[in-house]
Amino acid sequence: MNHSAIETNALRKEFGAKVAVADLTLTVQRGEVFGFLGPNGAGKTTSVKMLLGLVARTSGEGRVLDAPLGNVATRAKIGFLPEHFRFQDWLSGREFLDLHARLYGIENEKRKARIEKLLTRVDLQDAANRKLKEYSKGMLQRIGLAAALLNEPQLVFLDEPTSGLDPLGRLIVRDVIQELRAQETAVFLNSHLLSEVEVTCDRVAFVKNGRVIREMGLRETRNEIEIELQVKNPTPNLLRDLAQFGKNVQQLNGTIHLESDTAARIPEINRWLVAQGVDVYKIGAAKPSLEKMFLEVMGEDARAG
Amino acid sequence: MMRGIFTISQLTIHEALRKRVLLAAVLLGLAFLVIFALGFYFMNREVVNSPRGPETQAQRALIYIFLTMAGLYAVNFLMVMMAALLPVDTLSGEIRSGAIQSLVTKPLRRAEIVLGKWLGFWVILAGYLALMGGGVLLIARIVSGITPQNIFIGLALMLLEATLLLTLSIAGGTRLSTLANGVLVFGLFGLAFIGGWIEQIGALFQNETARYVGVIASLIVPSESLWQLAAYNMQPALMRDLTMTPFSPASVPSNAMVVWALGYTLLVLLLGVWSFRTRDL
Repeated sequence: MNHSAIETNALRKEFGAKVAVADLTLTVQRGEVFGFLGPNGAGKTTSVKMLLGLVARTSGEGRVLDAPLGNVATRAKIGFLPEHFRFQDWLSGREFLDLHARLYGIENEKRKARIEKLLTRVDLQDAANRKLKEYSKGMLQRIGLAAALLNEPQLVFLDEPTSGLDPLGRLIVRDVIQELRAQETAVFLNSHLLSEVEVTCDRVAFVKNGRVIREMGLRETRNEIEIELQVKNPTPNLLRDLAQFGKNVQQLNGTIHLESDTAARIPEINRWLVAQGVDVYKIGAAKPSLEKMFLEVMGEDARAG
Repeated sequence: MMRGIFTISQLTIHEALRKRVLLAAVLLGLAFLVIFALGFYFMNREVVNSPRGPETQAQRALIYIFLTMAGLYAVNFLMVMMAALLPVDTLSGEIRSGAIQSLVTKPLRRAEIVLGKWLGFWVILAGYLALMGGGVLLIARIVSGITPQNIFIGLALMLLEATLLLTLSIAGGTRLSTLANGVLVFGLFGLAFIGGWIEQIGALFQNETARYVGVIASLIVPSESLWQLAAYNMQPALMRDLTMTPFSPASVPSNAMVVWALGYTLLVLLLGVWSFRTRDL
């Protein structure tokens, strides 16, 4: 068995004269939570559709779970929550899951147990016998998430899974993604909510104008760290002296930031500050903000889509 | 392959039941049957009691057959409506809303989705024909004791006509919007309908050109000629020879038209499958 869940090389999709995806080259490992980021119109949804076989590629190659794109049998191992989810809204939540489980070809006894478990998981047991047309947007998204997990997939595509959700719903999605990671299910997450991606994803790819322009790990240790500290009454002299511990010392909204080579600098700075008689309220390593990286990669004119 | 087709068929029938489309169609159909039964009953009383009415058994039988044919003609029209309209939205609507995405990403071939929907609607149409056609024939039988000849051939041809229009409606929905699809299917039906009449009138006045035009229209869409053939088969020779009633074709479609209609339906169905398989969703 190959270790990658998705492998693509120069996938391209043109709609007439319009190039929706210019060059999609990426690898998603099995069991990895992969974030796919980019502004609106960058080709994210078209990319997902190509990987799922909804849209035929114009050129390039791709394999999903070791099978060529669009392979019918492989779809039994894939889950998908579409962005503009529209379901058979004349069915109740439970009937809807039953239909989709049958479309996956899941056997009777297994189907029942699986459906009840998932209804509980997405917190919709109380609404299970109500028609989907009575569901709120957030409930639909949660039942859609349950439907995407019916077949215990090895790879799940989630297209903007939290866009319609309240904080509790988001927490459910986040927990589900953590569980999927624990079960070594790969997750391909399209999202514009960078804070969500930041907490859930192992790796991200940035797309712009239909091209993957950078892939990076979020769990990797970085060479540089950013140190944040808050002290009582910082003086210009103090800021100047801090430069001995790192570069780019600056003060923003009462917090002093500086870049340094290692986390070992943090206790050093702390000792030094105390020796100077400065009162320290807070000191520690700042997490690199995905939003900051996004803007760096996309250029200042781009906003998350 | 079959499991997928059956699951989609069940879903299609379930949806038609749940959305009350069928309920509306059945209620309308029952209303029609009640009116037909009342009409038939009072006509029959007139025929039996009238002192100036037809004398012979044969004359009476012709009137009963004529009434029954009129009932079946109305049923045929209802079938045409159902066949064109019930499936008109099934693919185009789901493609537009995106609901189709959750079906197409399941371990199903796209052909199974098209064929499953087709089969589901076909079962509904066959059931509707059994109810309505059977209802008309039963009413005629109870009131007058008469049943037209060759009813199974006639009903089978009516079902083939509905199947043909159903198939056009499904195939059109793979690429067209719901409205464009409805316009297309009804337009084709209208073409065949007018073509059928031009053919009949041409035959009646022995105008070969008009007849030729009508035959071409029937080849483009063989729906109307199937009804003509069904009507021809169900009436007695005497009535056929008169060519006086609207149900007695002056130009009888040949049996080759049935073969053509069958091949046509199969071809359109395959085209629909191909068209759905090769499109982006």
